[in-house]
Amino acid sequence: MLHTFVAYVEDKPGVLTRVASLFRRLNINIISLTVGRSERTGYSRMTIVAEASDQAGHRIRASLYKLEDVAEVDDISGISAVTRELALIKVAANAENRSGVFELAEVFRARIVDLAPESMMIEITGVESKIEGLIQVLNERENRVLEVCRSGKMTMRRGHHTSRVLRAMGVSSEPSASDSDRNVLPTVEEPE
Amino acid sequence: MTHGQSEFHPEVLTRLTGAEILWATLVGESVTDVFGYPGGAILPAYDALRKFPIRHILVRHEQGAAHMADGYARASGKVGVAIATSGPGATNLVTGIATAMMDSIPMVCITGQVSSKVLGTDAFQEIDITGITLPVTKHNFLVSRAEEIAPAIRAAFQIAQSGRPGPVLVDITKDAQQATAIFDFAGAKPRAYAPHPMLHCNDQKLHQAAELIRKAERPVILAGHGILQARAGEQVRSLAERMQIPIGMTLLGLGAFPASHPLNMGMMGMHGESWVNQAIQEADLLIACGMRFDDRVIGTPATYATKAKKIHIEIDPAEINKNIAVDVALVGDLREVLEQLLPLLPGRDGSAWLRLIEASKGTAAVRDIRNLPDSGHLYAAHVMHDLWRITEGRAIVATDVGQHQMWEAQYYHHDFPRTLITSGGLGTMGFALPAGIGAKFACPDREVWVIAGDGGFQMTASELATIAQEKLKIHIAVINNGYLGMVRQWQEFFYERNYQSTPLVSPDFVKLADAHGIRGAAVRKRAELENVVNEARAHDGPFLINFMVEQEDSVYPMIPAGSALHEMIRRPDQNPLIETPQDS
Repeated sequence: MLHTFVAYVEDKPGVLTRVASLFRRLNINIISLTVGRSERTGYSRMTIVAEASDQAGHRIRASLYKLEDVAEVDDISGISAVTRELALIKVAANAENRSGVFELAEVFRARIVDLAPESMMIEITGVESKIEGLIQVLNERENRVLEVCRSGKMTMRRGHHTSRVLRAMGVSSEPSASDSDRNVLPTVEEPE
Repeated sequence: MTHGQSEFHPEVLTRLTGAEILWATLVGESVTDVFGYPGGAILPAYDALRKFPIRHILVRHEQGAAHMADGYARASGKVGVAIATSGPGATNLVTGIATAMMDSIPMVCITGQVSSKVLGTDAFQEIDITGITLPVTKHNFLVSRAEEIAPAIRAAFQIAQSGRPGPVLVDITKDAQQATAIFDFAGAKPRAYAPHPMLHCNDQKLHQAAELIRKAERPVILAGHGILQARAGEQVRSLAERMQIPIGMTLLGLGAFPASHPLNMGMMGMHGESWVNQAIQEADLLIACGMRFDDRVIGTPATYATKAKKIHIEIDPAEINKNIAVDVALVGDLREVLEQLLPLLPGRDGSAWLRLIEASKGTAAVRDIRNLPDSGHLYAAHVMHDLWRITEGRAIVATDVGQHQMWEAQYYHHDFPRTLITSGGLGTMGFALPAGIGAKFACPDREVWVIAGDGGFQMTASELATIAQEKLKIHIAVINNGYLGMVRQWQEFFYERNYQSTPLVSPDFVKLADAHGIRGAAVRKRAELENVVNEARAHDGPFLINFMVEQEDSVYPMIPAGSALHEMIRRPDQNPLIETPQDS
């Protein structure tokens, strides 16, 4: 089955290798991996999607926790969550066949973010199937798909936030001064 | 922190070189002995060593340093420390680090690294040792600034000892050793140890476990290495005695519970006694204490103890349901868990089950080599049995890997914790001699025996020179059968006696010892054994005995790989020995 893990890891050199190496060692292919800064200074947030046996989830989570640089791991396979992916798609388009791409972008709630004499770039966010749907429709047109860049999945549980790290560290999840210029929204605390 | 006669006071804040900070931090962590080998990238550290109250033992190969640190840790329960230079020095440590990782041994390895300015340029003796050791360490550090040395070393010690212990490597660039920084031991304290968040042992789980134990008719305790690590020997004993539960031991568990205790059935698994494996297969409840259901213990998962409910008490959540699905998992420190569990267990009459097990011993004991008439041949099992008898089971024994290791486990009955030093998980040949040296440094007043086969002994025999240089009173028993014995046994059983590449021509080990200034003697008959062993024990210094044992002897019982525990190959009724090449 498809497993999705969210991990808070220290923002240090080598951490990605340690996490990736754990999956490599178990001979599990990582299907999608996104890493970026999180609401907590010094910690990155990873969303890892991997295909593994039903029972593997517990062991992967427990093993991730054994890595010194990993602060928190959430296994959100089969849990109500919002999952998004971002894609940039460059298609061949000239003055004659541009308008069709605009229409498609409209239907898919995508945006045109670059327009050149011979090409256009589409930015689309959504679930995997939506992005694949757009690519498929584009391929059916005369606008050849020239390049596709996909971010991989990002996932967040619905409702209350899950960051036990913050609670464990006894810090408020309010953004600090240094965070504010990074446009971090305050997270919702779980009512205790 | 106690370092009484130490001239160095780590509490005083002074500016030191990185090299001095390294040693000062080790002193602060109560390190007294390190095993190592100098070289270019670690020279600044070696230059500073003379100022610190730490003994450095010069090894002959860095693998030896790692195994010595490992043996030191196993014998003492403290963290073992090995030190090596960059490049080949560091890579030579790897087998030793992996050995410690597989057996959860607390160890800190320090390696020199080329200067940070040339990191990544393929400089002379540069190797990415943190990359190489990533899968075989609990954690590792690359340190490129003097300021980072003390925090990294202190964190390494905390990581190595906490939770499920393991090896940690700290790679320190040469310029970090040469630069200076303010040394602040207290300030370098790592953040408080956070237990694994998935530890799980609540009242409900405890009551479930207690209920299973109270209701069980045929329970067995599986006693593993975790008992030593958690210092839970007393608690396991209480559990066994109060509830009258027989105990089976893993290889690394030997010594954690006295072999002579009436409830101790002996070793389980591939070369475990038949009645132990049979009891496990017949059991209706297994209580696994600090063991991980290794494949050498379970045979095949599908056939393992199918009638039994299973309780797994284990500190590493990643071990739960890994090889064997369990009914109740108590995930936490073994001693703490048992202390909570014991009050829920009032006592029980287990005599019917114990009688059944006693009866199942049947003829196995009769066929035991100890009970066979003397054929004039010297069997390895005789050597182990006699060594146990002569040393009264009080020696620390470091074994290598192979047949002799299994015979030692079967015939040297360990009544005391930390008296068996052996590589279980990785099965590292060449382990015994350096590990025995490490154990001797940890316990200088104890009698230490190194037992190795003729194959494994030659893998690290260069450490004889270390013994000679350090004038260590270590006894070495080479169990010499002219074969890579365990591989030969597999070839005999499973490869139609095709002894491909297992016959072994060895040097005269007594002469080899003599070349090192180490006394030695050969033993060919059982009648000679006791005198020579006593001569070795009486000798004021190291002594090597070359035991010329039966060549084609096999370890029984044996569960063929991939078979169930009850499908073991039992001891044959008659003397199994076929004519050896020498006889024909």
